[in-house]
Amino acid sequence: MAKRQQKRNELVPLTVRGIRKAPTGVEGFDQITSGGLPQGRPTLVCGSAGCGKTLLAMEFLVRGATLFDEPGVFMSFEESSQELVENVRSMGFDLSDLEAKKKIVLDFVRIEREEVEETGEYDLEGLFIRLGFAVQSIGAKRVVLDTIEALFAGLPNEMIVRAELRRLFRWLKENGLTAIITGEQGTGTLTRHGLEEYVADCVILLDHRVSEQVTTRRLRIVKYRGSSHGTNEYPFLIGDSGISVLPITSLRLEHKAPTDRVSSGIASLDEMFSGEGFYRGSSILLLGSPGTGKSSVAASFVDATCRRGERCLLVAYEESSDQIVRNMHSIGIDLGQWIDQGLLRVHATRPTLYGLEMHLWRLRCLVESFNPAVVVIDPLSNLSLSMPAWELKPTLMQLVDLLKSRGITALFTSLVSEGAFMEEPHIGISSLMDTLISLRNIEADRERNRILSVIKSRGMTHSNQAREFILSNNGVYLVDIRVVEEKVLIGTARASYEAGERASVGLRRQRAERQARRTARKRKAIETRIAAFEAELEAEAELETDEADFLAAQEVAREQTQRLPGQLRMGDTGELLDQKKIT
Amino acid sequence: MKQKNGSSGDEAAPSEVYSLRLYVAGQTPKSLIAFANLKRICEQHLAGRYCIEVIDLILQPQLAKGDQILAIPTLVRKLPSPMRKIIGDLSNEERVLVGLDVRLVPKKIIA
Repeated sequence: MAKRQQKRNELVPLTVRGIRKAPTGVEGFDQITSGGLPQGRPTLVCGSAGCGKTLLAMEFLVRGATLFDEPGVFMSFEESSQELVENVRSMGFDLSDLEAKKKIVLDFVRIEREEVEETGEYDLEGLFIRLGFAVQSIGAKRVVLDTIEALFAGLPNEMIVRAELRRLFRWLKENGLTAIITGEQGTGTLTRHGLEEYVADCVILLDHRVSEQVTTRRLRIVKYRGSSHGTNEYPFLIGDSGISVLPITSLRLEHKAPTDRVSSGIASLDEMFSGEGFYRGSSILLLGSPGTGKSSVAASFVDATCRRGERCLLVAYEESSDQIVRNMHSIGIDLGQWIDQGLLRVHATRPTLYGLEMHLWRLRCLVESFNPAVVVIDPLSNLSLSMPAWELKPTLMQLVDLLKSRGITALFTSLVSEGAFMEEPHIGISSLMDTLISLRNIEADRERNRILSVIKSRGMTHSNQAREFILSNNGVYLVDIRVVEEKVLIGTARASYEAGERASVGLRRQRAERQARRTARKRKAIETRIAAFEAELEAEAELETDEADFLAAQEVAREQTQRLPGQLRMGDTGELLDQKKIT
Repeated sequence: MKQKNGSSGDEAAPSEVYSLRLYVAGQTPKSLIAFANLKRICEQHLAGRYCIEVIDLILQPQLAKGDQILAIPTLVRKLPSPMRKIIGDLSNEERVLVGLDVRLVPKKIIA
């Protein structure tokens, strides 16, 4: 409860100009009224049967008592105290406990026309005393009268009732009580008995309409004296923790943009995003015609997320949890193990089960309770079954914002009809997405092949090339598309081209090897011959040296013999020693 | 007294005792008129077999819830059951008697 209170308080602006307001604590309501209901004044809540008037009033009281320390009195003219306690128990409101703690007083006013005989003058002082007593007993600041119109049915004299109602509302104001008065919608008027005549400060209209067999609840502030307020019709939900008003247009773009990346689970797809995958906290939309493998890409992403040990929420609008696990086994992805480990939660419902607001709200509850790092919605386009496109977009915008504000990476798949212009999905949400991936079936040469391309990816370089997308027993992978002679080859054509290429590569290699062998042989032969020549040359050279030595020796001998007589004659004394040496 | 004896003989259930409760809020003119009217009617038609309890809600506000009191003044017939309520200052005797389910005894016979 403390967490909830904190969250609620954030929604209430710190300074509220103009009149003082009493925060209701109803999710989203204080946002559109910039603070809550006018404090110390009565507010009229009107609407047709079953539109949630009593519940709104009850939540206002319960939240007031539990969150804002403002005890309250619930004066019911329709349901007994016991019935009220039981009806709101499912929302987690324990009225008996609050009554015991003197935070809330339930007072059931029963009027049976048949039991009452009227004679002469009277007033409704008894009602005032009862209300006054209840207010005093717990020091109440808030009052609910649900629905006071029962007085018109129960009391014969309308004149008196009207006069007394006027006095009652004045009494409420004088006592500074913030009050909700509920009233049944009349034909052409806000309330059947014209209560709006008396309660002029704030009027809220609740509506419950059915379109395309799906009901949506809407809330509109008809008037709010002395305060600015949202004028739109806001969808609201009655969930299992009370009312949530969804103020689509008041959401701001304030989310952080993380820079770290998460893998898509397909290595070759990550490569297309500069090798690192998607940004954490970004929104990715997979567009594709039937059977292009959107769910398989999504499953790979889920698998990769769980493998990292992060939690993942898979919202499936087409297949049941079991079916998804079985089908993904066929491409070698075992999602069952992650479900068992509690890392993966599969939320499978039919989109037509409730209105889009309800889906959104449920998703929000799941996100809040499960706190996943990644949310995968497969397929988003099925939601459009339950509502027209123009209504879908704002809600999806809110969904994307909800996930972004929590830093959750979101992957959506969307079905587009075959042959549709891929870049513009029919729900017109591509502008909300950070990354758009298109999956196509290309039919050529009597076969279908899947082509994946990245249409956009904000804030990162990404491949501009289409890849062939292959689902195998071992998962999903991408193959570069072959372009040969300006023809795109995919599927069998690519495979056969590649096989042919492989074969011709083999042949070339063989030829090259043969050539190499032949060259080697030739070289060997030449080398042998070179060796032979060299040996011959060497022999020749040896012969030459021998001859030279012989000639030199001969010369020496001859010189010696020529010099010898001179020596003997001692004619040349200078050289005597040398010659002696030589000899 | 005569009235009582005479009428009791003619009533279908003569032993019935009327236990009445008049809710008022302070000594307002309307309350006083209502009490005076009630007293007169009872004396006239139910003499000796009625009792009136006046509850001032200003003094005992917690009692308003029990009998589902909204209008002031309100006369509640606690007995004989079922409970019946008459709101207003009880100025129309005939309607009071209808409301209390007291059968009118023709006055001639009694006289």
